[in-house]
Amino acid sequence: MPMTAATPEITRFGGLHRAPGRRRRNLASLAFLAPAAIWLLVVVVYPCFATIRYSFYDESASRFVGLANYKAVFSTDAILVAFRNNIIWVLVFPFLVTVIGLMLAVLSERIRWGTAFKTIIVMPVVFSATASALVWRTIFDLNPHVGVVNALEQTASDFVRPPGPYPVDANLGQSLAGLASTGVRPDGHGSLVSISTVNAGHTVELGLIGVSPQTLALLGARTARAPTAAPGVIDGLVWRDFSPSHPGARGRVYPDEDGLADLQVSLLRTGGSAVATTTTRPDGQFKFANIGPGSFRVQIDAQNFTSSFGGTFWLGSSSVTPTSGLSQTAQALLSVPLIDIAMIVAYLWMWAGFAMVIIAAGLSSLNREVLEAARIDGASEWQVLKRVTTPMLAPVLAVVFVTMVINVLKVFDIILNMAPGSSQAAASTLAFSMYTHGFEGGIHSGLASAIAVILFASVVPAMAWNLKRIRGQM
Amino acid sequence: MTGFSLDPELSRARRIRSRMHLSRSALNLGLGAVGVLWLVPTISLAVFSLRPEGLFDVSGWWHVLTAPTQLTLHNYSALFSQGFAAGGLLDSTLTSLVITLPATLLVTALASLAAYSLVFGNWRGRDVAFLVTVGLIVVPLQVALIPVLELYRSFGSLTGYNPFGTFAGVIIFHVGFGLPFGIFLMRNFYTGIPRDLVEAARIEGAREWTLFRRVVVPLGLPAAAALAVFQFIWVWNDLLVALIFLGGNPHQTLTLFLFDQTRSLAADYWIISTGAMVSIVVPLGVFFAFQRHFVRGLLAGAVK
Repeated sequence: MPMTAATPEITRFGGLHRAPGRRRRNLASLAFLAPAAIWLLVVVVYPCFATIRYSFYDESASRFVGLANYKAVFSTDAILVAFRNNIIWVLVFPFLVTVIGLMLAVLSERIRWGTAFKTIIVMPVVFSATASALVWRTIFDLNPHVGVVNALEQTASDFVRPPGPYPVDANLGQSLAGLASTGVRPDGHGSLVSISTVNAGHTVELGLIGVSPQTLALLGARTARAPTAAPGVIDGLVWRDFSPSHPGARGRVYPDEDGLADLQVSLLRTGGSAVATTTTRPDGQFKFANIGPGSFRVQIDAQNFTSSFGGTFWLGSSSVTPTSGLSQTAQALLSVPLIDIAMIVAYLWMWAGFAMVIIAAGLSSLNREVLEAARIDGASEWQVLKRVTTPMLAPVLAVVFVTMVINVLKVFDIILNMAPGSSQAAASTLAFSMYTHGFEGGIHSGLASAIAVILFASVVPAMAWNLKRIRGQM
Repeated sequence: MTGFSLDPELSRARRIRSRMHLSRSALNLGLGAVGVLWLVPTISLAVFSLRPEGLFDVSGWWHVLTAPTQLTLHNYSALFSQGFAAGGLLDSTLTSLVITLPATLLVTALASLAAYSLVFGNWRGRDVAFLVTVGLIVVPLQVALIPVLELYRSFGSLTGYNPFGTFAGVIIFHVGFGLPFGIFLMRNFYTGIPRDLVEAARIEGAREWTLFRRVVVPLGLPAAAALAVFQFIWVWNDLLVALIFLGGNPHQTLTLFLFDQTRSLAADYWIISTGAMVSIVVPLGVFFAFQRHFVRGLLAGAVK
């Protein structure tokens, strides 16, 4: 602190000369402080004490209730969920954002366009949490025409397991057994197989129901025609066994019934092995020629019914940890809802730039010679990062970490705007439940104040750490 | 036989160089991918705001890559053509400005004054006062919501003017919670101003106000700019304070405007995306115009 070394002569002189105006100067100096001090006392300091007082009063702040509000906080499942989420945020987020910030800071130093890169990463820091949350809400949307994440998941899933022309979606209450109407039954492995056997020179008719007219129109299906027998050939038909003019009748091919187009059917030996495979025509007919003697069954292959990828409800409250069979309170304490993961990802996008800027500033003030010496001694880049850079940056990393702990304890806006109404309860944090109890619906100022006091108490360690650090710098 | 070298050391050096070259292009590629990934959310928001509303949930926004003719300014013109009707996009933008600018100016001015007193004043207990201020930086504003509402109500029954629901009510709260960080930042900067300079001027008989205006404020401009940028973005982006203290006011801030639309996300996403674009353009402009100041504010304030 070079400026405090003001030469003693001047101070002594100053003291002599200043004597008459000293009081006035001190008054002026205090007058400079007064507006800020009064403002802080009224808006920040007094309310801290008032909130503590309110936390011992009932919902309308009129009757003293002792510790009842605090007891309520720790016995209300909805608030325990908030505690759990705060703990998840504090355990996961500050660590991840510090690591990502460190990586980005170290790597961006080694490219020519490092400044442009840093600008891109920092940009979200100046966006409101509200706007960011609303963007990320679409990114994680269930609808693959809205959400990029589900669109990518669907593309990958369809590539690995292409959906069939007649998807059976268990989530919609559909089943193979419900599809089988005439001459077929499920084989237990996802296919439908003909009940009776068939020989060359005969025909087979397989009826399915529960197929929507839209699906048929999309596949270009035409009116079903009963197959005619021919020597040496098995002729068959798969049709929609539902006639609008005879809604109750099954098993007969009516003129207003359509064939099922584009189905893959296989011919099975009675032992079960497939000998031939073909696809039905628009009128639902198929034909197996050049087959030898013996009895066969016709199978409608499983892949016709593969359902399309249903999507991941990232914004929902379903838990990634198993919670079935647990009591409600245990569930509140132990489940990790998907929405938490989605929000933490969004928050990383919002704050990684902040961590990166702080760490990059610390990095640029490091002694380069130490890093170079380590490299010359043959240390790999990873070793340099782990053994030299990170320990030297420890004070800066700690500042980022603690700042992010404080930040995350107060998480609020992102929940209100990113979690749909149905999962807000599962995504709640202390700050959020303070808001819902204090300002929404059945207002309870005592309970809300108790939550605020607990929130305050939870930042006290960070506050103490800050004070210690800043006192050390004074 | 160019790849063959009699000198093993030389060929080793070449191998290492080529490996470094390879890792360098891998690094460029990797960080390029990260950069693109980081831009995706912002780009998607821009595209949502530039596509007809009917396309929102029937075809992914990324289809503009192959069908750029979908882009239209219709959403913007639809929202701007409402003019400054209360609760509309333009009115909300104006409201955000009307709240943010005074809150920013007040914090910068009052924090500068207080910091002057903390650094150049001669009263006892300055260090304690400063440490208390540092402690206040991290106080969650949730703590003050209910008591300040009560204070506003009492003030209203005393004087007939209840700041609840007014812009002043929001500004007063923001200034209170902006001051601790502001004082911290300004005080840290002012301690770097040579004390001799101030003492010398005092001996010449300069008044404190003159000293502050003519000596300290000009020297402290970089810090004041950093604080102003930081505070502007902070207040501009606030949702909670406005949500509570602007209750019942027909004019709302941009964040409130956005929040209001979320109740019917699918139906109104064209409004949300357009409003969100407007809401991020302003801080983004401030950020690009005062990038250095903003970063200095971040570095000084890695505590809030």
